[in-house]
Amino acid sequence: MTETPNISYIKELASGSDTFEEKLIGIVKREFPEEKNEFLNNYTTKEYDKAAENVHKLKHKIGMFGFEKGYQTAIDFEEGLKNNDSSLYSKFVLILESIEQFLNTI
Amino acid sequence: MNCIIIDDEETARIIIQQLCSQVDKLNVIQDFPNAIQAIKFLNKEKVDLIFLDIHMPDFTGFDFIDTLKNPPKIILTTSDKKFALEAFEYDCIVDYLVKPITLPRFIKAIQKAESATVLAKVETKTEPSLNSSSEENELYINIDRRLIKINIPTINVIEAKGDYILIKTEKQNYTVHSTLKKIEEKLPDDLFLKVHRSYIINIKKIIDIEDNSVLIAKDVIPVSRSNRPELMKRLNML
Repeated sequence: MTETPNISYIKELASGSDTFEEKLIGIVKREFPEEKNEFLNNYTTKEYDKAAENVHKLKHKIGMFGFEKGYQTAIDFEEGLKNNDSSLYSKFVLILESIEQFLNTI
Repeated sequence: MNCIIIDDEETARIIIQQLCSQVDKLNVIQDFPNAIQAIKFLNKEKVDLIFLDIHMPDFTGFDFIDTLKNPPKIILTTSDKKFALEAFEYDCIVDYLVKPITLPRFIKAIQKAESATVLAKVETKTEPSLNSSSEENELYINIDRRLIKINIPTINVIEAKGDYILIKTEKQNYTVHSTLKKIEEKLPDDLFLKVHRSYIINIKKIIDIEDNSVLIAKDVIPVSRSNRPELMKRLNML
């Protein structure tokens, strides 16, 4: 995986408002682990349709942190899960872990 | 414009609020994590614009729109591009924003909402019969997120091609992601006829008929045995 997360989008959105930046990052820090866990639970219990919905929601945050190829991976993985194809799981989880680690640093 | 935001993801709601705060004309009255709460709110209050997430658990954005009698202008927000085609089936939907939403793209959507509001006001002042007659002859198709107007009487043939249809007009051909059934509903019965499971023809464009086929422009179109009697009935025969 060559892409790394960044907060360029959040900075641009904030247009200099530290309050907004902190608020948004705070919400993402709370929502992201919940969404990730929900996805992992559904995936491990082979509830692939529900897991696809989780991927759908996570996709937004993947895009927010500047992943372009990662965003496409999420799109493909979501479609794959709907067809019982889990081949992109490892690639997708790497993206989630990368974001999770990044969130601990900001 | 008074607006509300409906999205089950808090991150998305905060982002849209922030985008709205950067546009002077927008006033966010409230935001909702689900469509049911928004419906209750809209039973009491009127708004000019709704930012609506399509993909929500239990009750999708489209389900929500279907419950509204007089929907205001709606801007869809989604992480999924594939609903774009369905979105254009609703007159109230003025734009379709793919998350993560950027400010320039957001401003463009607001401009579209404003134009649509102005257009709606103009249309209510014009003669309804004039509008309807011209609309009856027009069909908008979505190709690569562009809406292209087709003058219906200029359509020669429509052919099913898997998940797509090929619309052949006098001047140009268009491949659109749709079905024969969907387009058939939009075409005037007196002009068009389904002659085969894969073909709808404009009966005014028939050059000749031979056995189980018709010639339209340079195309030989098959006519299925079951549809042939209806075709023959429609022709002004000597």
